Amino acid sequence: MTEQTSYFFWDLGQYLLNGIAQGSIYALVALGYTMVYGIIRLINFAHGEFYMVGAFVGLFLIQAHLPFLIALPLAMLGSGLLAVMVERLVYRPIRKAGKIQALITALGVSLLLQYLGQNLLGADPRPFPDALENKTYMFGELMISKIQIIIILTTVILMGALRYLVMHTKIGKAMRATSYNLEAAELMGIDTNKVISFTFFVGAALAGAAGVLVGMYYNTVEPMMGLIPGLKAFVAAVLGGIGVIPGAVLGGLVLGVAENLVIGFWVSTYRDAIAFAILIIILLIRPAGLLGRNTREKV
Amino acid sequence: MKTCASVLALLCLAIPLSFAAAPKGEIKVGAVFPMTGPSATFGQESVNGMKMALTSINKKGIKGQSIKVIFEDDKGEPVEAANAVRKLITIDKVLTILGSVASSNTLAGAPIAQEAKIPLITPASTNEKVTMTGDYISRTCFTDDFQGVVMAKFAFETLKKTRAAIIVDNSSDYSKGLTKVFREKFTSLGGTVVGSSDYAYQQKDTDFRSLLQKIKRENPDVVWLPGYYTEAGLILKQAREMGINIPFLGGDGWDSATLQKLAGPEGIKGNYISSHFSSEDKDPMVQSFVKEYTKLYKQAPGAMAALGYDAVLVLADALTRSKSLSSEDIKQAINSTTNFQGITGNITIDKNRNAQKSAVVLETTATGFVFKQKVSP
Amino acid sequence: MDLVSYFGPLLQNAGVFIILALGLNLINGIAGQFSLGHAGFWAVGAYVGASYGAFFAPAFLPDFVNLLISNVLGIIAASIAGVLVGVPCLRLRGDYLAIATLGFGEIIRIIINNLDVVGGPRGFTNIPHWSNLFWIYLWVVLCIIMLANLLRGTHGRAIISIREDEIAAAAMGINTTKYKTLAFVIGAGMAGLAGSLFAHAQQFIHPSSFSFMWSVIILLMIILGGMGSMTGAIVGAVFLTFLPEFLRLCGETVSEWRMVIYSLLLILLMLLRPQGIFGKHEFNLKRLWPSKGGAK
Repeated sequence: MTEQTSYFFWDLGQYLLNGIAQGSIYALVALGYTMVYGIIRLINFAHGEFYMVGAFVGLFLIQAHLPFLIALPLAMLGSGLLAVMVERLVYRPIRKAGKIQALITALGVSLLLQYLGQNLLGADPRPFPDALENKTYMFGELMISKIQIIIILTTVILMGALRYLVMHTKIGKAMRATSYNLEAAELMGIDTNKVISFTFFVGAALAGAAGVLVGMYYNTVEPMMGLIPGLKAFVAAVLGGIGVIPGAVLGGLVLGVAENLVIGFWVSTYRDAIAFAILIIILLIRPAGLLGRNTREKV
Repeated sequence: MKTCASVLALLCLAIPLSFAAAPKGEIKVGAVFPMTGPSATFGQESVNGMKMALTSINKKGIKGQSIKVIFEDDKGEPVEAANAVRKLITIDKVLTILGSVASSNTLAGAPIAQEAKIPLITPASTNEKVTMTGDYISRTCFTDDFQGVVMAKFAFETLKKTRAAIIVDNSSDYSKGLTKVFREKFTSLGGTVVGSSDYAYQQKDTDFRSLLQKIKRENPDVVWLPGYYTEAGLILKQAREMGINIPFLGGDGWDSATLQKLAGPEGIKGNYISSHFSSEDKDPMVQSFVKEYTKLYKQAPGAMAALGYDAVLVLADALTRSKSLSSEDIKQAINSTTNFQGITGNITIDKNRNAQKSAVVLETTATGFVFKQKVSP
Repeated sequence: MDLVSYFGPLLQNAGVFIILALGLNLINGIAGQFSLGHAGFWAVGAYVGASYGAFFAPAFLPDFVNLLISNVLGIIAASIAGVLVGVPCLRLRGDYLAIATLGFGEIIRIIINNLDVVGGPRGFTNIPHWSNLFWIYLWVVLCIIMLANLLRGTHGRAIISIREDEIAAAAMGINTTKYKTLAFVIGAGMAGLAGSLFAHAQQFIHPSSFSFMWSVIILLMIILGGMGSMTGAIVGAVFLTFLPEFLRLCGETVSEWRMVIYSLLLILLMLLRPQGIFGKHEFNLKRLWPSKGGAK
């Protein structure tokens, strides 16, 4: 193999690695989207803001010298609680109204949180302090940083925990039942309101974790940071099949890798466009997503 | 309909109240600077310098009148800069405008000022195109034609580097202009620019690892990074983390104390920039400015502060020489400024309405920018 | 005379937004197709108009002729974009349509951001100043007349029926695809017109002025006024154009919280009065004072 070709493969490997790290973050956020959509058919536009709040809570805790392993769960808690509050105050009353109303309301909440953040915290990006010394490990020409390892590990652990929660606990069963058919679940005695609030909590907690990880990975946080990643995570959820939990993970990884391949082999300025392009292609070719089930509309 | 009418009615009542007539003896000047946003330190420093100059000028006034400056924040965005210029002209009715810092932002507002025939002086925008907008637009700093050449020569002749990689900020006219000048000079001196195209990023980007990876591949011995400090700092940090230890060179866009914080201890070492001013300059005028500024603002002045200070002094000088307060005369006076001794050097506005001034090359260190050499045009 | 120079640019902006709101109202309110990418069409019209003005406009033509050409080019370009976006997207329903149009709006913005020739991320500066109050409002009036005629005719009724119940309309033999696309393309064309007028009024345009956030602001205008009501769209557009100025007069701090106020407004509207001020109806004197035996 010539040096050029070997470099090509090392580079490809690097982009794949970067893509998996980034994709893990998308996956964590996408999980929240997909869970909420699965249960109440709402695209929670404000989900990106739960991610942002998690990042900021993490920032403040780490600035206060709390170790990463304590800051992370606390940030997750913060996001989760915010989500429950939003759900109770805004989404629950709107649930009976039309889908479009709900969508617009979610948009409103998203904007509200972003701009509140801007006004209260300042629009400027803040540097994220180094919570863990960053080290890089080389495997040949492949470079993996400690942070990337932590991101992938954290994501795997959280996803495992989620799977256990959904598949092997009572509340998980309740979540699955409610997402399958809300009225039937209610008739079976499930307190759907509680289940829905819990779903919001878990989804937002995952997003909050992603926010902290992102703060560490990119070294900056700012109030508008949730907008684009939020949209991309939504694309990931749709790509994998909205409402399907493993789909969110798959979608997130695919999106992360695709984005990094675009950056690597084309121009980084089109990195956001690839997400939207994938969205449109998927909606046109296979709207149910890669792992989704197709539901026909009955008249 | 009713909502519309009532809002309009309220507005009509409120407007006259906000139009307080300027008290007699005041010359209204507008200022557009980035007080918030990514390059906020540039705006804040410029305004600090300007306020210092204003206090000293208004002690005596200009022909009995004091200068009143109306400050607008362009948030580092061209749309805001254009809106700010328009507002200052149509609502505040200023006689001249000072600003902004980033060339892209000045370029957004300059055509509006030119069309309205209001003179606009930029203290810090270095891209060629700014003054080409028209005869009402001038600048009191050097241009990128000069700055890019200074750094290309520094890289080749002083640092003895022959393979340069270029990282450009695609969202900045300044960066693109400087890139072009550097590439031309560097290659004409005998150096090579690596890579099939420039490595581009945009403002507000935070992850440059893939970009740096591609550069590492090409094995350059120096990197030209004519961007703003917010991204430059992150790039320096990530580069060192990736084992890229060659010197990075930049322009006056790096000149901010925030650079050290963003770049980290590893990132800040061993890089050089060109700028307008060094606080180590032994000239007594400069030293007295540095002392006064540090006393007032509790930190050492950077280039932007010095430029802001000089711009106000140049304007005041022009207003003194001007035959009247008509925009035509003010423009005339500004454009004929000759041999004005400012703290950033001798300022003469040439026929292209640019100032021919010398540049300084500074080294970036953890404690600040250290003077390396001075280069005259 | 101070008031003229103060209100002038504001009224021009209001006019531009009225046209945008009317266009979006046609798509979202009257045809019931939830589009979140309106700013994309606005951008296409603005950049095409600006390009004509900066690169191709012959100097010997009087300003208003040039403006006319620029506007027509903007309408055509945006309409073509409308077809390209509409054909794939209008097959989708509700949420999915919204997200797909959002995606397209963003793609358009990102492409423009990458086009160096129109300034890309640095913006497009030095656009000739051809717009003025008269021409903008002339176009506003033309748009209103055009829409009113459309809606009173067969085509208009077909479009409305799609909003009311798409499946029933299809069952009645209405070519829903054709009418959805028609409404979409007309709305897009109007956005393009607004774009060209906007570019020649502002003299500087930048991709950030056409972001998703702006699609949301236009949406807020028609929601406030009432989705489906032309009067509502006009009122909403004027209100939301004047509101930031009004807030600015209330002081610096209130002005900074403008976007927070908007988002609260959006949420409260959805919770308390989702139909906005006029709902689906037009301004009608009979509604204000219901009289005995009056038709409602």
